[in-house]
Amino acid sequence: MENFTPVASLVGGILIGLAAVAMLLFNAKIAGISGIFGGLLHTKRGDTLWRVLFVAGLIAGGILLRLFYPESLEFKIERSTISIMVAGLLVGFGARLGNGCTSGHGVCGIGRLAPRSIAAAGTFMTTGAVTAIVINHVFGGNI
Amino acid sequence: MMGKIIVFLCGLVFAIGLGISGMTQPDKVVNFLDFVGNWDPSLVLVMFGGVATYFVGQRLTLSRKTSVFGGNFQLPTRMDLDARLIGGAAIFGIGWGIAGFCPGPALVSAVSGNSAVLTFIMSMAVGMYFFEALHLRHSHEPDGGASPLDSPESHHH
Repeated sequence: MENFTPVASLVGGILIGLAAVAMLLFNAKIAGISGIFGGLLHTKRGDTLWRVLFVAGLIAGGILLRLFYPESLEFKIERSTISIMVAGLLVGFGARLGNGCTSGHGVCGIGRLAPRSIAAAGTFMTTGAVTAIVINHVFGGNI
Repeated sequence: MMGKIIVFLCGLVFAIGLGISGMTQPDKVVNFLDFVGNWDPSLVLVMFGGVATYFVGQRLTLSRKTSVFGGNFQLPTRMDLDARLIGGAAIFGIGWGIAGFCPGPALVSAVSGNSAVLTFIMSMAVGMYFFEALHLRHSHEPDGGASPLDSPESHHH
């Protein structure tokens, strides 16, 4: 537990929650990132600009992090290119099939006490934990 | 116009929150998921902070008739659990456990220029494209899920 960062993680979580609330309050949208990003793959008139702007905001935030807190963007796990590609495919496909990811289900959905989101989040936490445990303890953390 | 600026700022604040919280560090995410190893419980607090803030904020927000700029609230209406929801979440979790990335943190990390991050984002887009190509889509909006707390008079669909 030497890497436990309770204060930073709580503050970061509150910022995530505030950003998601602002999306609802000002623009009547659920801040689900896989849905917002995935929606750019089937653009519809009048439904694209806000998605582009949200993703641009994410990238702008990434630029600020890179300037002022570069350690937050370090990729420090050992994964082969094939593993990364498989992971990306599963995350992209699974998030769309399950209609949401850690933001839409994990923050907004659970925050609304929505049964579908609680079930989805419980499912992806479980399969995520099993996967991480198998990789770390069966394959030595390097796949 | 103001609404558009706020969408951009929401993305920006969301990204800063992801960075401060540790969600953009795949090793931290994997060490959270691997709770029998060198467990890092930080992500419990990320989730608690995000969920508690959203719980309070959405209740206050839905006491309004409409949103400030975006008109009526667009909230999910489905309450049932189905195989697609659970199957999709299960597949998503496996990918999350392999690379320690979910969509938001991956997009935020793109500016690091790290080849693993860029490979992940491109593969994620391909995975989403497969989904579109197979015509599996039944809702273009992120779920978020309907809530039993939603009363019919508190918002309009």
